[in-house]
Amino acid sequence: MTTTKHANLSASEMATRIIEPPYKVDRPKLKLAHEIDHVQFGLLKTPFYQRAKTFSWTESWGNWNGYANALSFKDPYVEYFSTRNTCGVYDVSAMCKYRIRGKDAEAMLNRMVTRDVSKQGVGKVAYNVWCNDRGRVIDDGTLFRFAEDDFRLYCAEPNLDWLMLSSAGYQDLEIFEESDDIAGLALQGPTSCALLRAMGLGEVENLKPMELNFFPFPIKNPVKNPTNNSAKNSAKKPTGEIMISRTGFTGDLGYELWVKPELALTLWDELFDVGQLYGLMPFGEEALNMARIEAGFILPEVEFHGALHSVKRDYDHSPFELSLDWMVNFNKPHYNGRQALLEEKEKGPKYRLLKLDIEGQKVAEGSIMYSDKACRNEIGYVTSALLSPATKANIAMALIKGDAVDGPLYAEIYYQTELRWHRKVSKGTIRTKPFWSPDRARATPPGNC
Amino acid sequence: MTNKYDAIVIGAGHNGLTNAAYLAKAGLKVLVLEKNEYIGGAAVSRELHDGWLYSNCSYVCTLLRQSIHRDLNLSRHGLMIIPIEGNTAFGPDGQYFAEYPDPAMTYREIKRHSPRDASAMFRYEADLTRFAKLIRFFLLRTPPDPTSFKPRDIKELIYMGTKFMEMGEENIYEFMRFLTMSAGDFLDEYFESDLLKASLATASIIGTALGVYSPGTAYVLLHHVMGDVDGSLGTWGLARGGMGAISNAIAGSLKEFGGDIQTCAEVDELLVRDNTTYGVRLAGGEEVYADIVVSNLDPKRTFTRIVNKNDISPELRKKAENFKIRGSSGKLNIALTGKPSFPSFPDDNLLQKGSFMFVDSLESMERAYDDWKHKRWSRTPFVEMTQSSCFDPTLAAPGNYFVSCFIQYCPADVEGGWTEAKRAEFADSVINRISHYSPNFKDLIAHVEVRTPYEIENEVGLTEGNIFQGELTLDQLMFNRPFPGFAQYRGPIKGMYMCGSGTHPGGGVSSACGANSAREILIDLKRNKIDGQDVVPKEHEDA
Repeated sequence: MTTTKHANLSASEMATRIIEPPYKVDRPKLKLAHEIDHVQFGLLKTPFYQRAKTFSWTESWGNWNGYANALSFKDPYVEYFSTRNTCGVYDVSAMCKYRIRGKDAEAMLNRMVTRDVSKQGVGKVAYNVWCNDRGRVIDDGTLFRFAEDDFRLYCAEPNLDWLMLSSAGYQDLEIFEESDDIAGLALQGPTSCALLRAMGLGEVENLKPMELNFFPFPIKNPVKNPTNNSAKNSAKKPTGEIMISRTGFTGDLGYELWVKPELALTLWDELFDVGQLYGLMPFGEEALNMARIEAGFILPEVEFHGALHSVKRDYDHSPFELSLDWMVNFNKPHYNGRQALLEEKEKGPKYRLLKLDIEGQKVAEGSIMYSDKACRNEIGYVTSALLSPATKANIAMALIKGDAVDGPLYAEIYYQTELRWHRKVSKGTIRTKPFWSPDRARATPPGNC
Repeated sequence: MTNKYDAIVIGAGHNGLTNAAYLAKAGLKVLVLEKNEYIGGAAVSRELHDGWLYSNCSYVCTLLRQSIHRDLNLSRHGLMIIPIEGNTAFGPDGQYFAEYPDPAMTYREIKRHSPRDASAMFRYEADLTRFAKLIRFFLLRTPPDPTSFKPRDIKELIYMGTKFMEMGEENIYEFMRFLTMSAGDFLDEYFESDLLKASLATASIIGTALGVYSPGTAYVLLHHVMGDVDGSLGTWGLARGGMGAISNAIAGSLKEFGGDIQTCAEVDELLVRDNTTYGVRLAGGEEVYADIVVSNLDPKRTFTRIVNKNDISPELRKKAENFKIRGSSGKLNIALTGKPSFPSFPDDNLLQKGSFMFVDSLESMERAYDDWKHKRWSRTPFVEMTQSSCFDPTLAAPGNYFVSCFIQYCPADVEGGWTEAKRAEFADSVINRISHYSPNFKDLIAHVEVRTPYEIENEVGLTEGNIFQGELTLDQLMFNRPFPGFAQYRGPIKGMYMCGSGTHPGGGVSSACGANSAREILIDLKRNKIDGQDVVPKEHEDA
């Protein structure tokens, strides 16, 4: 081909005038579409989706790590009450799950998180945060310990990169992602234990909060010749099993149920077969959010901005700023951020996350906080707010400047009445205990309802 | 026609037009002189084949400052910037890495290559965004002279220092390290997938005669991701109607403010008396007079071709000769009579309509650079093929396609010089590369425009065909651009200014150089400052 500038060549002319390229370049055979594992377009469906969608009247789905996540099913308010009155299920399959195992697993994790992993017994679950060298929180999650040398970390967002970075120098260790290999349902509410027992999972009532165990599954048609009944070892062969942990994000009695994706629909069906008698219904993210605010749980990318995502300096947070002081352990040797956290403890944190009871009935969502009623001196902002259905408190979680936490706190609230916007300034009172923390959430064995 | 103006701008590229428009807006009587019969410089749209509009030089847009768009009423003069999406990087065997509009899908896509990289992408993006936001503060500001004690320079240095300090100690260290790093080394700190790294590294070599492992290329990468379309950082857009729509809109604004443009008017020499300019002499011998003459030509061309050697110091002349403006890229603009198929994608996959990068790997990109060093075009060039007409219906009739291919590396000079036959061979190597992925591509070709650096230099006027009017290396950035001591748009001769991409903040269709230069001229004239330009517009603080 003599492709001249602005030349006008027909396709056939082009074809006949093609010459060999000046250098021979060998290229592998081109892979065709069917030989490539393309990503699926749109939202992915969790293993429970087929069943969950039949409950969805609102057809309202959010995006959680690429999976369709129900924001609500029928009415978030009614769904919320399942976690306080009966029981409800929330699909947690989209959580990120990472396996960390090997002789060095405990040491590696201990260098990464702020709590002491060596104190976490086998069969226990521990809430953890991990920081960068500046002592700023990267993310939070729950660490499950299956054996001396076998852990799984559950977190809301991808963390594989940080886990790999944090393992630098450790040899006897494997870290891999299991996010798509495990389906999970959070079963939360006062009748949850009774429901599990009615399903045939009687031993569940002995699980203490933050404990886990394995049980044969399915229950109605147990797998023949279960490969291994020993709870501790069976983590490696989970087929035909269900892992139950007494954990959750609602602050009430509740369990999280984990199975292989192929058993997900069976789990759903067995739950709902019995569940009708226990007021079981699925609940969506909006209901979950109401429950977790009442319980005082923080949410990544709502209460805190992960340090690795943060572009602006100090727009991330330390555990002290998030009022997670109890999680920062200075009795163990070096870990990520320890030095910076020690210094911060000396100086006092720049912000504190406070639980506030706001006067009046107007929800302080997105409010700027001031130290004076005239709203002249800005001292922070509200991260989450809720008019609590269970306690009737007007709850706000707010990040307040460290030097202002002892003074007066006012929220500047904008609210709408029949489309018209109004403004109101309401006083906030600090609450140190969670707004919702019923005894049944801690009792073992828990009651029936 | 009068031959006396307040200001003359040499070169009707987008920066020259922007400069002229701001001067005219401030009330000056302005003339823009253009050697070609059409305006736009490297931002042009031309119907080079019946029925196809070629956006044939620059082809995508991300840095055009929104504040300038607003200031000059460019929308009213026909400009619309549209985002492009669906970018695919191909490895040698058709395996690909695609960027999707939905972050969750891009996450899954990276996970296909490496689960770790998918999660590392968040860290990479935050780190790069931090640097990009820092640089963005300086785009519409005149670089301070670090040796000067003028209050303005000191104030500006303090501003710079403040913005640096705001990043925090460890990020200052990181940024200093970043500026001197190679893109390859930088990417190795985050990712393991070679195809992903190669795909991201493309931005580090575009328009630059360096390889992916050459120190300094990390900054070039940043230069390509710090732009935005409507605040979406790193997004690229197209000008509806081709890049010429940008030049035409600015020209429209210029005319509205009373400015003149004269085409087919090549400037031969800057007229100087007592170290003061009083106009220019055109190639035909005609003289046009003005107390202010602004060169939109690249610094090398300005000081070796337009400015008489007797009017400047030999030192400056030498600096101009040594200015790094090496040609490294070529272009193929192709009219297609149908849709090129990419059998590695499922039918009707949205990626079929996007743009493609044929990259292979970091290693093959580095080898491609080796070819350039030996004055050859690359055997495995990095080719970026933008199917512009998929996004812009004005470029080709329905069913027809206009595709723009950017090719790196292609030297300004090949052994024995560029000939018709060599240019054809170069074109073949590119078309063969595309055809490997798109078997029907050759059959669809109606017309090809081939531009090696030789054509870009001779048609557009960019020395060696360097698309940035000078490479974006640390020694030629900020207060070093184009030369130390001349970074504030003022030339060595009274009344003479520079406004091309060879000045701060550098290459890309940003209009920032032209606007910054106009601000300096108006300061010297003690005219009203350009609206909103003297301070960084508020949106840059948060964008």
